[in-house]
Amino acid sequence: MSTDQDLYAGSSETSEGRVFTVSGQDWDTIAEGLADEEVMERVVVNMGPQHPSTHGVLRLILELEGETVTEARCGIGYLHTGIEKNMEYRSWTQGVTFCTRMDYLSPFYNEMTYVLGVERLLGIDGQGDDSVPEKAQVMRVLLMELNRISSHLVAIATGGMEIGALTVMTIGFRERELVLDLFELITGLRMNHAFIRPGGVAQDLPPGALDEIRGFVALMKKRLPEYADLCNANPIFKARLEGVGHLDLAGCLALGLTGPVLRSTGYPWDLRKSQPYCGYETYEFDVQTWDTADSYGRFRVRLNEMWESLRIVEQAADRLAKLDGAPVMVGDKKIAWPSQLAIGSDGMGNSLDHIRHIMGESMEALIHHFKLVTEGFRVPAGQAYVPVESPRGELGAHVVSDGGTRPFRAHFRDPSFTNLQATSVMAEGGMVADVIVAIASIDPVMGGVDR
Amino acid sequence: MSDEDKSPEQPAVEQSPDNVPAPTGEVREVGVRHGMFGVRGTGDTSGYGGLVQPIVLPGDAQRPYGGWYDEVADALEHAARDAGLEVAVPRVVVHRGEITFHVRREDLPTVARLLRDDERLRFELCSSVSGVHYPDDTGAELHAVYHLLSMTYNRRIRLEVAAPDADPHIPSTVAIYPTNDWHERETFDMFGIVFDDHPALTRILMPDDWPGHPQRKDYPLGGIPVEYKGGTVPPPDQRRSYN
Repeated sequence: MSTDQDLYAGSSETSEGRVFTVSGQDWDTIAEGLADEEVMERVVVNMGPQHPSTHGVLRLILELEGETVTEARCGIGYLHTGIEKNMEYRSWTQGVTFCTRMDYLSPFYNEMTYVLGVERLLGIDGQGDDSVPEKAQVMRVLLMELNRISSHLVAIATGGMEIGALTVMTIGFRERELVLDLFELITGLRMNHAFIRPGGVAQDLPPGALDEIRGFVALMKKRLPEYADLCNANPIFKARLEGVGHLDLAGCLALGLTGPVLRSTGYPWDLRKSQPYCGYETYEFDVQTWDTADSYGRFRVRLNEMWESLRIVEQAADRLAKLDGAPVMVGDKKIAWPSQLAIGSDGMGNSLDHIRHIMGESMEALIHHFKLVTEGFRVPAGQAYVPVESPRGELGAHVVSDGGTRPFRAHFRDPSFTNLQATSVMAEGGMVADVIVAIASIDPVMGGVDR
Repeated sequence: MSDEDKSPEQPAVEQSPDNVPAPTGEVREVGVRHGMFGVRGTGDTSGYGGLVQPIVLPGDAQRPYGGWYDEVADALEHAARDAGLEVAVPRVVVHRGEITFHVRREDLPTVARLLRDDERLRFELCSSVSGVHYPDDTGAELHAVYHLLSMTYNRRIRLEVAAPDADPHIPSTVAIYPTNDWHERETFDMFGIVFDDHPALTRILMPDDWPGHPQRKDYPLGGIPVEYKGGTVPPPDQRRSYN
């Protein structure tokens, strides 16, 4: 296929130079075209926004000299959905439904940081009797750590696929499916859960969930070594990753990078240890670091973190076994959602007991239900920022309340957004093929970048 | 006496925020809330139509702030005095275990540099820049909020800078925290705050030719009415809501 036959965009002359539109298998045309030019000092390549190797709709503008990248810039915003603005028009509880959709690979972290901010403003984030119950906190930890595993699996799987390691991709998605099955069992949904709510979680653990979780942990302990066997000492894998996308500690701090990228420099900064939330200080786990500050180090950090997550999941499952029947929502009836869903013969639905209560027995209960579900609760005026350690780094929600029933402003500091700024530093001066590896090692999720 | 005065819907007694006793502690008003259920005009049969409540944010904290807050405030004060800044932080708010330093916008680069470099402060990482639009906070409608983290001391503080809508300029901090490059672009994109001396202050999430700044309060959410089973659901920003 030649570029001249492209109905929508062929090669053309502009004041900036000649423009080629490449859609595959037409490199000869380009090569000839470039040879035609008397002086071809620089080539600017627009990669994306739909290139399969750019982790979603990321656009890269690369300036090349031969195969060396001299300048790399990101164009983002293709997935901007106005979630933050939308949240200002919904109640505090409904906000969870929106923010869970931002970073679609780690939905529980989006919910968690927002909910932690709301709970801090409500003053129910402490340890007292009127704060979030223990079982809710343990369930949150359990879900977040399962989510970390599934997110890291996708990071490794897509990163592997982009350099041609297709087996890593297939087994990565195979294991991720197991985690999503657990999510479906516990929350009812594979993604976009809206499960963590201000005051606790939406639903108690279903019967049989703990057995499934334990079975998953046992299976993962067999399967995680496969990744190590496939990659850790694989000469091709190492040749592609080692020394690529180098960024040292000073660079990370200046550019605001956190998460596996920061830990791959050897600095053990993990908010779960340094500024614990949800009772992380009571779990036994280690912060994983590497000392190479490159893509290979980030891969190893992610691989090791999955092991640590399994440890935490095991501990959380043991605690949940002892917390059978404990409340999962704060006791304050002015905040807690009035009822839980029930499993009926046709699937999950409204609790018939609750409907009988509000429709047949107590008018006050009906009023209360109506007020809380339609109007919601008021959150005292102020602002809060409670970041969590998401799989990609520090994820925080700046939650501002004016004392009303809706967020006055919710801003998300998404680690993908911040970390993506390092693209230029990591890519410039390297080969064009290494740009893909460097970006994969950042593991940006465009849903979180653009929000 | 006119007919209007005899009508059943008499206006409530004037209750300007000045007449409402302030809750304990100093508070800061950023607007008023009318009514109770977001209903306007004669459709309001709730009986709360005349209710006027001030919207107040947590007020200034008085010394001692408690814990390490005083250490940070003292260190910042001393460092600022050495740098020739008499009052570095005009207002400090301590609320829900978080400390906020309100800084004059012209002092922001100096204060940020001190916070980063002074060995007693060491706020190495700026987590984010977040804009907030308070349309009723006259003279300081646009706020830029910076969340700083000191990994050395494991502390978090918040800097808040305000600019009037008529002159939405705030000095850029990209030279001090390079990570703020995209954050300031986003805040400009969404709120129209112009960060002076930013290396390339362009839109980042919205298209380059987009009119307006979408996350300002005077910018509508947008949306179209949806018909469903004969009924019409208005877009979210035009639905009856609770305020």
